[in-house]
Amino acid sequence: MRNARLIARLDVKGPNLIKGIHLEGLRVIGDPQEYARRYYEQGADELIYIDIVASLYGRNSLHDIVSRAARDIFVPLTVGGGIRSVDDVRAMLRAGADKCAINTAALRRPELITEVAQVFGAQCMVLGVEAKRTGPGKWECFTDNGREFTGIDAVEWCRRGYEAGAGEILLTSVDQEGTRKGFDTALIEEVSKVVPIPIIASGGMGSTAHMVDAYEHGADAIAIADMLHYGRATLPEIRAAALEAEMGVRQDVEVA
Amino acid sequence: MGRTVTIVDYGIGNLFSVARAIETAGGEPVFASRFAEVRDAERLLLPGVGAFEPCANTLRDKGLADAVKAFVETERPFLGICVGMQLLFDYSLEYGKHEGLGLVPGHVGAIPSADEAGNRKVPHIGWSRLLRPDTRETWDDTVLAGLPADASAYFVHSYNCFPQDDDWRLAEADYQGFPVCAAIRRNNITAFQCHPEKSGKVGLQIVGNFLDQ
Repeated sequence: MRNARLIARLDVKGPNLIKGIHLEGLRVIGDPQEYARRYYEQGADELIYIDIVASLYGRNSLHDIVSRAARDIFVPLTVGGGIRSVDDVRAMLRAGADKCAINTAALRRPELITEVAQVFGAQCMVLGVEAKRTGPGKWECFTDNGREFTGIDAVEWCRRGYEAGAGEILLTSVDQEGTRKGFDTALIEEVSKVVPIPIIASGGMGSTAHMVDAYEHGADAIAIADMLHYGRATLPEIRAAALEAEMGVRQDVEVA
Repeated sequence: MGRTVTIVDYGIGNLFSVARAIETAGGEPVFASRFAEVRDAERLLLPGVGAFEPCANTLRDKGLADAVKAFVETERPFLGICVGMQLLFDYSLEYGKHEGLGLVPGHVGAIPSADEAGNRKVPHIGWSRLLRPDTRETWDDTVLAGLPADASAYFVHSYNCFPQDDDWRLAEADYQGFPVCAAIRRNNITAFQCHPEKSGKVGLQIVGNFLDQ
């Protein structure tokens, strides 16, 4: 049985942890460090930080947040938002990140995927994909956190990203994000048919049944935001529900 | 013996997390990029991420490959992590055949890629349980002493170590039917394919055990 990772996703704007709906309509939740530490203590398998306005304003406020997190959080940290170059990736890794998620800059210049994979290894190069349904069985890529439409087919882009050297795909459904109505499982299934690398399903988890559904449709990792940030469930509860449903997850977690 | 761990700093990867894990486990991390600092360390840690060849070349170009070998001859405790484990072997087959340090006979080869149903994805990314190989009766007196029975660690790799002698296998992981060489031990060398510094409390316990060696 394959083990899926339970990942806490923290979207950040400036110094704040925020949460939106369809990647918009943002609400401030609190201090990202406080939440990140809690999720680590509760046994998160990984953390993802996304600076949701970095591409838009051409800046990144994540360095400080990440280097604070890396001081006492000993699980992998993925960081995305506004990363445009090999040097940006290097700076993020120096700050304490393990992997970088790249969306906008990769769509503008796909060679960046290969450059990052060659310098730091494919395991470091996470392709961030924001997909919006445009018809039955059809999705297109968005950039700048769901704001800019590119006209590029999302499933085809995942395949190209894999061929260019991406080691993992962070697959966010813009339609489902923040709705608590479940993941876009058709999207997960289509992407898992065309790439042999791990897929992180993101956007829409409102219940543990949604997580199991995404896993059964091919997700290798589940990004959880809303449910955790608003305290609708804790990671130990979510993990217990996964085990109950015979979904493969890490079992040795001791909750501090 | 003190609690100092010298981390070989050859410009590869994120050393911050490793250093923080050592501190959190009660040790004192020191970075070293000169021959004598590496050879004369009390305890040595060789990290490494990314592809094998750039790591091996950089280590050699900086004159540190010989320093690592000289250290290992002293019989003081050595810990390799990820590519820092793979580098110990004779050679790797990642992007061609590339020579390693030859401190552990054997080689590094690809994890057999996904079958047609896509049941085994490469890279192997995620948490897998650490299993004691049949060749080993106990983990007592190793850095895995005292771990909970179902302890898991975080892995991220596409290549796997194949030691010549199965007796050197310290831990394995079952990655959908493929026996990953999760850790090895040979004389004063201990090395992990997984990342103790990213494996939560289990990882900190492993680092703490290394400090006690």
